[in-house]
Amino acid sequence: MSMTQQAEPAVGRPPASGPRATDGRTTRRPLVLRLLARPEVGVFLGAVAVLIFFLIAAPSLRQGSSMATVLYQSSTIGIMALPVALLMIGGEFDLSSGVAVISSALTASMLSYQLTLNVWMGVIVALIVSLAVGAFNGWMVVKTGLPSFLVTLGTFLILQGANLAVTKLVTGNVATDDISNMDGFDQAKKIFASSVDIGGVEVKITVFYWLAFAAIATWVLLRTKYGNWIFAVGGNKESARAVGVPVNFTKITLFMLVGFGAWFIGMHNLFSFNTVQSGEGVGQELIYIAAAVIGGCLLTGGSGSAIGPVFGAFMFGMVNQGIVFAGWNPDWFKAFLGVMLLGAVLINLWVQRTATRR
Amino acid sequence: MDRSSHSRSRRLAPVVAVAAAAALTLAGCSSSSGGKKAEEGGSDASAGKANTPRMTVALVTHQSPGDTFWDIVRKGAEAAAAKDNIKLIYSSDPNAGNQANLVQNAVDQKVDGIAITLAKPDAMKDVVSKAGAAKIPVVGLNSGVSDWKKLGLLEFFGQDEGVAGEAFGKKLNEVGAKKAVCVIQEQGNIGLTQRCDGVKKTFSGTTETLYVNGTDMPSVKSTITAKLKQDSAIDYVVTLGAPYALTAVQSAGDAGSKAKVATFDLNNQLTSAIKKGDIQFAVDQQPYLQGYLAIDSLWLYKNNGNYSGGGEQPVLTGPAFVDKSNVDQVAQFAAKGTR
Repeated sequence: MSMTQQAEPAVGRPPASGPRATDGRTTRRPLVLRLLARPEVGVFLGAVAVLIFFLIAAPSLRQGSSMATVLYQSSTIGIMALPVALLMIGGEFDLSSGVAVISSALTASMLSYQLTLNVWMGVIVALIVSLAVGAFNGWMVVKTGLPSFLVTLGTFLILQGANLAVTKLVTGNVATDDISNMDGFDQAKKIFASSVDIGGVEVKITVFYWLAFAAIATWVLLRTKYGNWIFAVGGNKESARAVGVPVNFTKITLFMLVGFGAWFIGMHNLFSFNTVQSGEGVGQELIYIAAAVIGGCLLTGGSGSAIGPVFGAFMFGMVNQGIVFAGWNPDWFKAFLGVMLLGAVLINLWVQRTATRR
Repeated sequence: MDRSSHSRSRRLAPVVAVAAAAALTLAGCSSSSGGKKAEEGGSDASAGKANTPRMTVALVTHQSPGDTFWDIVRKGAEAAAAKDNIKLIYSSDPNAGNQANLVQNAVDQKVDGIAITLAKPDAMKDVVSKAGAAKIPVVGLNSGVSDWKKLGLLEFFGQDEGVAGEAFGKKLNEVGAKKAVCVIQEQGNIGLTQRCDGVKKTFSGTTETLYVNGTDMPSVKSTITAKLKQDSAIDYVVTLGAPYALTAVQSAGDAGSKAKVATFDLNNQLTSAIKKGDIQFAVDQQPYLQGYLAIDSLWLYKNNGNYSGGGEQPVLTGPAFVDKSNVDQVAQFAAKGTR
């Protein structure tokens, strides 16, 4: 307030124009600060900092093919981090997302193998199963009103046990059989797990899906009614309902979106590695959530973006692979990872604070 | 209430329709190659059944859920139990404290014998002495080759991880490797670390260590790719589990590296990769044998007072090398999931 009072005499504006002048609340702050206040900009700067750091520390990272490796790792996290972020903006968690990936891959693999079907049948049934798991999560959350943390913790344990028990029951082993010589496999591999040659660099197809999904998610969040609903149900469920937002529909479909993501990554795992081990996936859910939170999504819901998690996942992949490219003592690997992530989050926080300070 | 049940039945209709359509299309979409139909039928190794009195034996391991390796150990144990008229109680927990509780549980049940793994020997000391006080014979398997005698176990079946690593290192010298990277899928696991240390000890070239996140295959793949790109002098990738070896082959391809892959442990897909020449060799510690012998030894002890190794030496089940020269013979058993 005092700023405007001081500014007036300095500029020597006639008092008549006083009422038209903007007061402190609506003063347009400098563009840089306004930009920095966006949820995804902090993480963008953090990601750039990490990238520059490793480009200096790891000479072998400075080639296109190395970058493609980093992007590949980032994309397999990032594709899941997107729906997880949308769900988080909608005010809910999904702890079952890591094992749901493996459930989907197991379903497709075992169904195709045991019934000797074209693998596309397995892929379609796996999609139905994954969406059903998501719908179940969502339905339980909206019907019972229990925290999604608890509901999906239950699903997490159920899926983890079922993955193992059903695989063992059906195949007699704890990993699925190799389906790489079955009909439709090559076709599906092209779609889910192939590489694209860009200027002599083999880039995994998941990278393109990742960016495409992020673009779609951004458009949905910012330009559609459904996007508004997501922010509304995450911000305040009751007022959202009061103004006519279909809260239950929005939440259930958000959970189903996570199911879709789990299916997609599950299919990628299956078609790039031919078999699936039933014990995999545990702990991945936290990495997805971490990527979303680093990407500026609030743990409490109602705020966030789809671009932020893209950089969050990139940061995770970059640190993960950067340590290897830099050739640091591997015994410290996890500690390095933790320090880098914490550092990146702090940069993110600092930028946000600086930008929103008046 | 009325309204919700009404709309639910309406919502169910498309689900039923989809299910019906799926069932219809399933029939017309079979694969002409591979799958269950192409699988060879094979029976498990079985050799009649003993007529000794029924006894109960507990097998308590540090298996984490869904590990292919432990599945084979368990199959060996089950085969021995079926043959020896034994009721086998299998339980496992990767957390040492929980594993000790499971052993205590077996002692409380007054079983006739206990077979345990000693991944963290100190944590098992108390429960093993409790079993001794209850006059229950305890045998060791898989891990703990240097501790089983100290704890007063009757006998031990397994592979000395250090010895296996050393044999692996010598084999690397034989094939003319210059620089190897040892891929550890679980940071802080003693057995895995001992393997890499053993390789380092005898391998005349340089050995580097690489940690990967074993529960996330894409991450394993890209991390190995990154390492191979970072250091193009690496000519051998040493993995410590069969699934990781198969992934390492893809990584080498992605990195454009000429590095070859060799591994500890075996499974079905690995034998075909050895046949094709994608993987050079594998060290097998014969998990089936570990499970089988541990259970069988308890039967022998109970019914005839025997103990293997004379109570002095462990019974080593590995390292047995599998390469192109003997893979065909091993493959037929691996296909059944027992080797």
